[in-house]
Amino acid sequence: MLKILKYSFYDLIRSRWSYIYFLFYLILGFVLLFLNHDIGKAIITLMNVIIVLVPLISTIFGIMYYYDSKEFTELLLALPIKRSSIFLGQYLGISLSLSMSLLIGLGIPFLSYGLLESGIIFDFIILILIGFFLTLIFSALAYNIGLRNENKIKGFGLAILLWLFLAVIYDGIFLSVLMLFGDYPLENITLVGTVLNPIDLSRILILLKLDISALLGYTGAVFKKFFGGTAGSLISFLILLLWTYIPIYLIYKTAKKKDF
Amino acid sequence: MRKLFAFYSIVFFIFLGSNSWAKRIIVSASNSSISSVKHAIEIAQSNDTILVKSGVYQESDLIITKPLTIISENATIDGQNKGEIFIVKADSVTIKNFTIINVGTSYIKDFAAIRVRDSKAFNIENNTIKELFFGIYLEKSKNGRVVNNKIYGKAKNEFNSGNGIQLWYCNQILIQGNYVEKVRDGIYLEFSNYCTIDNNTSKDNVRYGLHFMFSNNDTVTNSRYINNGAGVAIMFSKFMQMSHNIFSDNWGSAAYGVLLKEVNDTQIYANTFSNNTTAINIEGSNRVTYTHNDFISNGWAINSRGANYHNKVNYNNFLNNSFDLLYHGQLNQNSFDSNYWSNYTGYDLDKDGIGDISHRPIKLFSYVVNNTPEAIIFLRSLFVDIIDFSEKVSPVFTPDNLVDHKPQIKKINHDKNN
Amino acid sequence: MIKITNLHKKFASNEILKGINLNIDKGVTAILGPNGSGKTTLNKCILSMVYPDKGTIEINSQNIHSQWKYRKGIDYLPQIANFPNNITVNELIKMIKDLRQESLKDETPLINLFKLTPYLDKKLTNLSGGTKQKINLVLAFMFDNDILILDEPTTGLDPAALISLKELIFKEKQKGKTILVTSHIMSFVEEISDQIVFILEGKTYFHGSIQELKESTNQSDFQHAIANILTDNYA
Repeated sequence: MLKILKYSFYDLIRSRWSYIYFLFYLILGFVLLFLNHDIGKAIITLMNVIIVLVPLISTIFGIMYYYDSKEFTELLLALPIKRSSIFLGQYLGISLSLSMSLLIGLGIPFLSYGLLESGIIFDFIILILIGFFLTLIFSALAYNIGLRNENKIKGFGLAILLWLFLAVIYDGIFLSVLMLFGDYPLENITLVGTVLNPIDLSRILILLKLDISALLGYTGAVFKKFFGGTAGSLISFLILLLWTYIPIYLIYKTAKKKDF
Repeated sequence: MRKLFAFYSIVFFIFLGSNSWAKRIIVSASNSSISSVKHAIEIAQSNDTILVKSGVYQESDLIITKPLTIISENATIDGQNKGEIFIVKADSVTIKNFTIINVGTSYIKDFAAIRVRDSKAFNIENNTIKELFFGIYLEKSKNGRVVNNKIYGKAKNEFNSGNGIQLWYCNQILIQGNYVEKVRDGIYLEFSNYCTIDNNTSKDNVRYGLHFMFSNNDTVTNSRYINNGAGVAIMFSKFMQMSHNIFSDNWGSAAYGVLLKEVNDTQIYANTFSNNTTAINIEGSNRVTYTHNDFISNGWAINSRGANYHNKVNYNNFLNNSFDLLYHGQLNQNSFDSNYWSNYTGYDLDKDGIGDISHRPIKLFSYVVNNTPEAIIFLRSLFVDIIDFSEKVSPVFTPDNLVDHKPQIKKINHDKNN
Repeated sequence: MIKITNLHKKFASNEILKGINLNIDKGVTAILGPNGSGKTTLNKCILSMVYPDKGTIEINSQNIHSQWKYRKGIDYLPQIANFPNNITVNELIKMIKDLRQESLKDETPLINLFKLTPYLDKKLTNLSGGTKQKINLVLAFMFDNDILILDEPTTGLDPAALISLKELIFKEKQKGKTILVTSHIMSFVEEISDQIVFILEGKTYFHGSIQELKESTNQSDFQHAIANILTDNYA
């Protein structure tokens, strides 16, 4: 598996798209810092970007890479390599190269603007960590869609739809439900609903470190207790881990049974 | 001429009286003749000075009915939870440098460490009060000073705690340089006018840092209100002035930097509000002006709950608040012009420092959250950004004409010495 | 060498293989059949790229079910050669060697045979289909394993390369290898094959030498013999 990972990674970091992705973050980082002069505020803006774009880009790259390397995958399948190694290796290749673009692309501007001297470094690490999780989760979801759909157009469409659902539609439905049943105690339902969507969960985790904490008081005890406490943070990270583990496990399972 | 002479003679005799006939009485725990403050007060004549030497004095109900100056030299009065400690019922009383502990707690009577009743020209200075129910309680008094006292409470809830400094039917009191923490209301004024509240700190109080009821013409300056239920609550009052105060970290479901209810003709300027759940909450208030304030990183900068007329919100900085404004009802001649909004997205092509397109400070989502608090969990989600954007483009739910016509392009540099 | 027993495979509702029984020995065996008859599926079953629904495949008396190490002994030429685009030919060869853990194998004779030297440092994305197929061939032949599976090896080859390929196959046959070929070029099949397997509607319709095929169809010409099977069955 490590060999496949090595080659996929090597292949990807030399692809044009990795550079575009990397440059995008680099420019974004510098522009944000240049416009804001305030690392703290730049991180808030960055959060918006990470929450929306990292899943989108991971989804697109994941599905693109799956279809792009399909013939090559078939070549690999005929080699004496374990199947799961091939797919997990390729998957890790794409998700790690995406994470690296994110880390380096954002790391350079923030470091050069004095990240290390500011107290915000912990927030930055949380941000990158969550970006990393989202990359792992969404490229794994995209890979699963690829594995289950031979038709490229259909697979691509489904992947985008999945992103759209988790990034926008889910919140829309959820918010409507909250407003509709506003007379009932909703805190626990809201908590569960948030946790079930990795984008929402990531957003809350970052917001907690940034500006929502002032507002959490407003919503009452449950959120504050859950997300504010160490246990809540731990549980949230565990759930993110679970969100990462399940799609990867599904890749493993599906790849093991699939015909090529 | 004769009248004038008579006046001067009186002044002269008073002057003479207070100096040449005034005695110094020394109280000391080791002094066999005068070992208690109570005894000293009993034997003292008007205008005497009582010096209380270092030591712990277990006393309470020290009733003062003549002008006296009582000064502690490192003395502690332990009230043993029996009730009140100093009760001042005369003019021109000074109580200075004491440490007062263990004030009685009662559900029927408001026991205070120092009570001043029907008194003028008193001076309560530099005392430290701990283990208290009420701290300093002034009734029907005027022209007094409450200066540099420190009050440390241990209040956990509103029901069984008292206030740090309380004024009831008092006028022209100077409250300056005090520090109050962990009581119910840090400073509470009821029916008290023309008071000056300057340079105090109220912190971690269960209810309000500073609370006005039916009080007019008071000024609040240079004070700090940190992590209280609400920083300053003003109710049913008018002609107030608040400036150069700092309101920060007042968090919670009913936590505000400033809470205004039925307040008229008041000026709030050059204050700083940061990290409050709601910086200013306004209800039924008219002709209030808010100028040159900084609103930084609050949940809501201003929540206007309705029935507010002719208010002016001008030349303030709104910096990185989750929501700048929540607004109920019609515009009602309120003005929101000429502020700086950090999330203004317009441009200034003619370079006059004023944005070329008006700014709409209300977000639809702030209404949603107001109705369904749990929805706060969607803050900064893409879906919410989308609905906010569509509302901004074509307002359906928010007042159409609530805009800042002259949004500033650059952060306003207030001259804080004004 | 390869023993296939009662092999079934269905894709969705489409039954491709309906009970193939086959013994493939040393020498060149050509698998023929109309389009969609399951030739490639059969190849892929042998490589475990496709898992059969029923039946067994044994290679050297070893059941290959849920195994992968046996592929060490198989060289495979896939029908469509598509490689990672961002790497050079040299890097690709090195990589496959590395992945097969046979870094010591020498590809230079094959490179010379197909005259690929000028392309070694070019990126794969810039190469023509024919050149890619030649590289595909290099990768298939260079590891010199006992079993060789060639899926449409002639695709895109120029005549010179085609001749080289035939020579190569003959040479490998001399070494006593088991070689499985699928192709639609009948002349090519006739030239190289010892055995013909004809698959029709998911079953082995015929298995024997070219001579036997001609006799059973009463045709003197190989191409006609094949055409005869098809018209008999589809007419």
